[in-house]
Formats: sequence, structure tokens, C-alpha cells
Amino acid sequence: MTGAGGIPVEARGLVKRYGHVTAVDRVDLTVEAGCVYGYLGPNGAGKTTSLRMLLGLIRPDAGAARLFGRDPLLDGAAALDGVAGFVEAPRFYPYLSGRKNLELMAALDGGDARERIDQALDTVDLADRQRDKVKGYSHGMKQRLGIAAALLRAPRLLLLDEPTTGLDPAGMRDMRVLVRRLADEGMTVLLSSHLMGEVEELCDRVAIVRSGRVIYEGALDALLGSTGQRYRLRTTDDERAHRVCAAQRGVSEVAGAGHQGLTFAVEDEHAVAELSVALVEAGVGIVALVPAVASLEELFLRLTEGDGQVEVPGAGGDGRAPVASTEAAR
Amino acid sequence: MSAVAERAGGTGSGRAPAAIRRRPGVATIYRWELRKLRALKRTYLGFGMAAIVPILFILALSLRSGRGPEDVPFGRYVRETGLAIPPVLLIFGSIWLFPLIVALVAGDVVANEDGNGTLKTILTRSVDRHQVWIAKALAALTYALAALLLFAGVGLLLGGLRYGIHPLTSLSGTRIPVGHAFALMAAALGTYMLPVIAVVAIALLLSTVTRNSAAAIVGTLMISLLLQLIGIVSGLESLRPYLLSTQFDSWQGLLRQPVDWTPIVRAVWVCALYALPAAAVGLTVFVRRDVAGG
Repeated sequence: MTGAGGIPVEARGLVKRYGHVTAVDRVDLTVEAGCVYGYLGPNGAGKTTSLRMLLGLIRPDAGAARLFGRDPLLDGAAALDGVAGFVEAPRFYPYLSGRKNLELMAALDGGDARERIDQALDTVDLADRQRDKVKGYSHGMKQRLGIAAALLRAPRLLLLDEPTTGLDPAGMRDMRVLVRRLADEGMTVLLSSHLMGEVEELCDRVAIVRSGRVIYEGALDALLGSTGQRYRLRTTDDERAHRVCAAQRGVSEVAGAGHQGLTFAVEDEHAVAELSVALVEAGVGIVALVPAVASLEELFLRLTEGDGQVEVPGAGGDGRAPVASTEAAR
Repeated sequence: MSAVAERAGGTGSGRAPAAIRRRPGVATIYRWELRKLRALKRTYLGFGMAAIVPILFILALSLRSGRGPEDVPFGRYVRETGLAIPPVLLIFGSIWLFPLIVALVAGDVVANEDGNGTLKTILTRSVDRHQVWIAKALAALTYALAALLLFAGVGLLLGGLRYGIHPLTSLSGTRIPVGHAFALMAAALGTYMLPVIAVVAIALLLSTVTRNSAAAIVGTLMISLLLQLIGIVSGLESLRPYLLSTQFDSWQGLLRQPVDWTPIVRAVWVCALYALPAAAVGLTVFVRRDVAGG
């Protein structure tokens, strides 16, 4: 698409197949400078495989990835200048200390990476355990050491693969605060996750993947605002209310929400007013009738488990139109 | 750990200049490969084997009376001079001991990183894949050379202490003065390294392809033993000069008077025929392969 050299991440038509399974299916990704980009999908959706291709660890069967305009397959290690991160859990030499591991990484980074070791250890709060062998580290400590190893490269782009997976709640919070902080300093971050709260908290833009395909790409706000026309209804008799709703003009997509009553979509507020009157006339008492703001989690589940259709207002401008991919469930 | 975020300031300085980065070379990676080997238990297992076999050999000789092992070149002289000990050890070692010592590390040097998942860690720094592989190959060769020097050195030291250092009888029956014998011994070790290099290359190839230390080590041993079996099978004698196992005896040409260069020259090109394709395939696979898992 664009040949501009400065875009942190630019992937076009990435495909990776393992036998007859297509792990990544024509994925396009563009991450602009300064963005915290969420790469969101259930386990096994191809997030890690995509990140591996970005880092040049595996070869795409088709398509190409560029980091700051350089292709890791063509330019080798030079393509990773200014780039750092990890895929899956960061791995270290268990028989070396945390510090020795960082010294090794710094040696392989060259430049002045070595001078950043102390600061990186401080940043991730591992300074007092730096002399211990990594085999004695907890999962959270290894995760933090992974961030420290990334910081040695003074990256402009940070690629993180589910950085909070396996951390306890405090560890998750600290990791998120750290990522937010690094982003505020101007670092571009591409973050894969299956945790909605994390993405909602950290990211400006998201790509949602299902079965290797991007089914939504755009600003997080646009996605969250895409379902403002839904309402939630609780009544004294949900069964009868369901029938009333289904028969009401201007009301559609009526769905049971278990003990939480019903949800439905409306054309406009007038339809809601008419519905309330109809309910009362049918002898149904209204306990609650409130506009439902869809959480990212709901949207995510609808996108990744449902028919892949979400109406995004203004799609094409900010949010790219969702892909109708009912056949994609492999 | 809530202080973590406060201290994050400055570390990530996303404004660092992009491209000006002094890239490390093979020498840097090689130094770190040696450090990793020094931290690994199996390195010492290999060195331990290389040291204990000469000790056991001298011990066995001391406990038994009579002459040395008659059926082995230099065997009958082992009680005459410590200089005869290393040659006999080299002959014994070539059957399986040295291939095992070499395979133990060379078969592990790539596969170990696969097992640990650390390949992705080092390949996402500022080094190219071919540099990493070459550094690993050099480190494995360094280890093999160190093990060989230890093997012969311990034999020579203990043999010298037990039987003294006296002139060595050559394979042609002539007497080689002590000084000259030392020089020839060094040259013999150099020649012995030729098939060792080939074994290292094969072990590295298997380590790269199988991604499994045990498979690479056993595979290397199997290939070594298979080549020796072929050498024994009657009807296949014509193949013998071109088997890797045969090259482990080529150094004996140095201990004839005059020196017989034929087996040594042949060892150079025969070992190259084993080592170069194995190394080329190993390197190519390493550069092109997918680094998944871990």
C-alpha cells in the first residue's frame, strides 16, 4: 500500500499455513507511531503467529511485514533496529542469573545497550533479584525480565504478546501501568491480548482476529459506540415481555439475557416509549428499562463467536467495515 | 511493586536515534556461547569423561603386570614411556568415546536453545542468524579441541609420572627423541581434529534439524558407529579409506619414519567431504527455518 518508511508496523496479506490449517489468513495490520494497538482474539486465533512473522521468526507463506519500512526476512537483524518485545512468554537461560541474561542480550544488541541494564532492572523492580539464577524466578518475574530485556534496546516499537498472562492481579495492574507509562513516553506499542479489560484500558485502536482473519479493525471508541441503540429490559414477567417486544414495531433482535431480563435493538427512542406503554397494557410491570452500553467483552464475543457482524457507525472512515465471515469458523 | 511505574520514566526513551547502532559480530556471540558452555553441566560431563578415561587406563595398566595391549599400535611401549600413552588413548577414543564427547555438546548447542525457547530470544536482538550459527559452531569446535587436549594431556601427564618421559619407538621401529616426539604428538592431535571437526559438523546438523538434544547426540553416535561397521564388513574394504572412522587413524602416518603423508592428505579432503556439506545444510536450515514454540 504505502511505501512510507516510517510506519512502525505495516503488514500486508500475511498468510501462514500449517498443513491444511490456515493459522493466519490474509492479515493486514497498520500501526501508526505513538499508538497503543490492541491485537485481540481468542486463544488460537493466530495472534502469536502474526507477531512471530512481524519479528522475522517465521516465514509467511504469502504477504510481507515491514517494521519502520524494513522487512525482517530481507533485511535480517537490521529490520529490528528500534524494535523490541517478545512472543509468548519471554524465555531466558535458566542456568544464568537475571543480570547475566541481560548482559548477554545487551552484548547481542551492541551499541550502548549495556549501559541501560541497571535502569531496566530498576524499571521492572528486579534489581534486588538480579544475581539469582532465572530458573528460580516466578512467572511474573520472568515476564518483567522480558520487559527489561526489551528496554535495553531503547525501542521505538514494543511488541508484547499477552504480557499479563499468568500474572496475579497486582502484577497485571503493574504491568499495565508500565505499558501505559512507556506509551506515554512516546513508544509505539503493539499488544496482543485476549483480555478485554486490558485492551479497553490501554489501547487506542484494535484489530480483532478470529480463526486467523481480522474481523474488525479500527478505533476502539468507534467499536464501543457501535451498539448504542440497544436497550436492556427487566420486568415482572420476562416471558410475556419477550412476546410483547417481538410484536412491537421498531423493536428487533430481542434476546433473553438470563436473569438479567431481555435485550433488544430499537430504531429510535420513540419506539422505546411505545414499547413501555405496550408492556404496561399487557400487564407486565417494568423493573428496569435502560440503554445498554455494550462492553468490549460483549462485542468481542459477538464478533468472535457469533456471525461476525457488528454495525460500526462511520465505518470506512475511522473503523474499517467488519468482515462478513460466517464461513470462517474453522 | 507499585513504584515500578514511577521509575519507568526515561528508560524506554522512545526518542533514541533509530539506525545508528553498532552491530555485534560473530566474535561477540562466540564469547557468549563459550560462557553458556561454561555454565552448562554437560560441558563438564564431557570434560570429565575426557579426563577419567586416561586415569582409568593408567590405573588398569598399573594393576596388571606384563606388557601393554599388544594388539594396538604403541600398545607394547606403554610401560616404557609416558609418550606412548596418548597415542594408545587416541586409538581407543576414536571408536565411540570421542564421538560421544563431541556429540554431547555439539549435538546440544542448537537444540538446547530450542528446548529452552531461547532461540527466539537471541534472534530478536541485533544479530543475524548465520552469525549465531557460525558462533555456535566455533564454540562447539573450541570445546572439542579443549576436550582432546585434556584427554591427551591427562594421559601424557599421568603416563609421564608413572613411567617417565623417554624416547618413543615409532611405528617403523625407530627411536624418536623426546623433543621431536612432543612436536609429533602436537601434530598428531591436530590431525586427529580433522575427523573431530567432521563429527562436530554432523552433530550440529542433527542438532539444527532435529531440534532435540538427545536425538542429535544419539544420531551422531549412530552415524559414527555405522561408518565403523561398514569398515568391518567384508566385501566393503574398498570403501574403508573414505570412511570417517578411518580418518581417526590418519595421524599414525606422522609417527612413521619417514612420515607417511598419504593418510593425512586423504584425511583432509575426506573429512572436508563430510564436514562441509553437513555444515552447509545445517547453516542453511538454521537461517531459513521457522522459530516456533518455546
